[in-house]
Amino acid sequence: MELLKELSEAFGPSGHEKEVRQVLRRALEGYADRVWVDALGNLHALREGTGPNRLRVLLAAHMDEIGLMVVGHDESGGLRVRAIGGIDDRVLPGAQVWVGPDRIPGVIGLKPVHLLEQGEDEKVVKIDQLLVDIGAKGKEEAQKLAPLGTPMVFATRFEEVGTLVKGKSFDDRAGCAVLAELVRGDRLPHDLYAVFTVQEEVGLRGARVAAYANRPDCAFALEGTIADDLPKKKDTSPTSELGKGPAITVMDRTFIAHRGLLRLLVETAEALGIPYQFKQPGIGGTDSGAIHLAREGIPCGTVAVPCRYIHSPVSMLSPTDLENTVRLMRESLARLTPDVLQMT
Amino acid sequence: MDELIRQLTETYGPSGFEGTIRSVLRDLVAPLADEVRVTPLGSLVAVRRGTGGGRRIMLAAHMDEIGVMVTYVDEKGFLRFTPIGGVSPLTCLGARVRFENGTLGVIGSEKREDPSKVPTFEQLYIDVGATGRDDCPVRVGDAAVFERPFAVQGRRRVAKAMDDRIGCAVLVETLRRLERTPYEVHFVFSVQEETTLSGARTAAYGIEPDMAIAVDVTGTGDTPESRPMAVELGKGPAVKVQDAGMIAHPAVREWLVRAAEAAGVPYQMEVLERGTTDAAAMQLVRAGVPSGCLSIPCRYIHTPSEMVDGEDVEGAVRLLLHALL
Repeated sequence: MELLKELSEAFGPSGHEKEVRQVLRRALEGYADRVWVDALGNLHALREGTGPNRLRVLLAAHMDEIGLMVVGHDESGGLRVRAIGGIDDRVLPGAQVWVGPDRIPGVIGLKPVHLLEQGEDEKVVKIDQLLVDIGAKGKEEAQKLAPLGTPMVFATRFEEVGTLVKGKSFDDRAGCAVLAELVRGDRLPHDLYAVFTVQEEVGLRGARVAAYANRPDCAFALEGTIADDLPKKKDTSPTSELGKGPAITVMDRTFIAHRGLLRLLVETAEALGIPYQFKQPGIGGTDSGAIHLAREGIPCGTVAVPCRYIHSPVSMLSPTDLENTVRLMRESLARLTPDVLQMT
Repeated sequence: MDELIRQLTETYGPSGFEGTIRSVLRDLVAPLADEVRVTPLGSLVAVRRGTGGGRRIMLAAHMDEIGVMVTYVDEKGFLRFTPIGGVSPLTCLGARVRFENGTLGVIGSEKREDPSKVPTFEQLYIDVGATGRDDCPVRVGDAAVFERPFAVQGRRRVAKAMDDRIGCAVLVETLRRLERTPYEVHFVFSVQEETTLSGARTAAYGIEPDMAIAVDVTGTGDTPESRPMAVELGKGPAVKVQDAGMIAHPAVREWLVRAAEAAGVPYQMEVLERGTTDAAAMQLVRAGVPSGCLSIPCRYIHTPSEMVDGEDVEGAVRLLLHALL
């Protein structure tokens, strides 16, 4: 949980992943046989395998998170912003942010309830009408403190909450934590190309080049995914549920999981009694969407830790789900053989 | 060819679940090809080595079909689902679907406040006759295809999944009748065309063809009050000029036209405003591949009753055979 805390609190919106990269580099020291950073900023770590027929397995977790970016300065000193990645405007008012990697505190304010005009409370305030207040005295000071293009993230501290933990950006720092644990664990039969990717939230960009470069035989994207498991009006899918184990993707908007890898995950989970669930098909997309298209095609799977409230200032997950995700991946990789990838 | 078309259209194979159709096709092409292999994503490639000197040509027909996937099993055993590829809720009402394990499902709808409106997928469900989660024979992630037998009606042929098993049939038949060719011809039965064009794109990367041609269905403008389109059933295979995802390479287009003329096969030129084919993905592979498309005109695409004309299909085979001379 120490590493998850550090990852969750790290500053790293898409295109500005340096701090997350540093956290991970430190975490992997002494475990990875080789570590390198590519042209786009992906952090690669090779953990060599011990088996006689080693496959090249790419494991991808994205370092970047959603955030905001300064696009203008108001006369009052407030910052005009736009979203980096997918953000619902409704979660912004009242949120606190860290502006820039130096973490200047910022507040997204709204006029007090006392002053609302009739019907105003029923409208969503759009992002272009919001200001981030960093206490600047006028436009010039704001420009100096947070120049155009300064990125920002939600200011959320990691904490334990009952049996769960809360923090920002479990999508996909949860996946980064799972992947770091896989590299730090005992060696597996196969060569693991752990790649902590950049710019997933804005178009799966890092994974695309990482897949091309590493020429993997197969790949898994490790994610923090949607858990919409609070009571609903209708008996419909919760997408995934907290506490029910890793969520395995069959199909999403970007790819269809390789059936051999899917079977491997399910059979491993069932053989060892590891809880698992299928993520609601047809929803979302992950780095697998880019990876499976590389070169002659790469068999891919996606496994995720269920997270509530992703793409908002705070998300929640169950540490047990995270541990079970690490376990399912380790055991599945230990059972992976070339014939799993064979399409007959 | 009717038996071949029947066999291919009636086989199960939604995108990502092409194992069964792949093995049917493999059995058909293995005796006819010099080499048969399967790509990492599951596309089937049958290679016919030419008499030498000729270029490498990739012919692609996709073996996947549209379908539905279970997203949730509710307490009473009803299934919620999501489309695989371009499925319309309109064609779902009352339709029957068949799962890989043989389970039959019927698509029903919740009560609709405004019956004149097309339902959303969220309002539809599949009934497999289960009484609860425990006796439900399928689970989340299982995929089904529309259930409909192949039929011959005069010159027309009607079936589910003509898109693109008719293209697969054309490739198999071409391979059967192909005696000698100077080219190295790669007959590719691609996967996942209906979702992301992933199969043809990755297969083309591996094959590195000098030229690539998709053989797929296209729409027509010959039905009552249809969207205007200058393609008709029964007027021959169509040589694509462009669609929403690709502009055919002029040399490829001309090559197909010349083959049609030399073979005495009636043909039509095609401009498709909506939709695209594997050619859109193949043309962008590596440094670029001159690509085009030979289309089989088809009515009612992406419904369970897709209709083609037998003469158009025969014409497509003869055109390809001539092109490969």
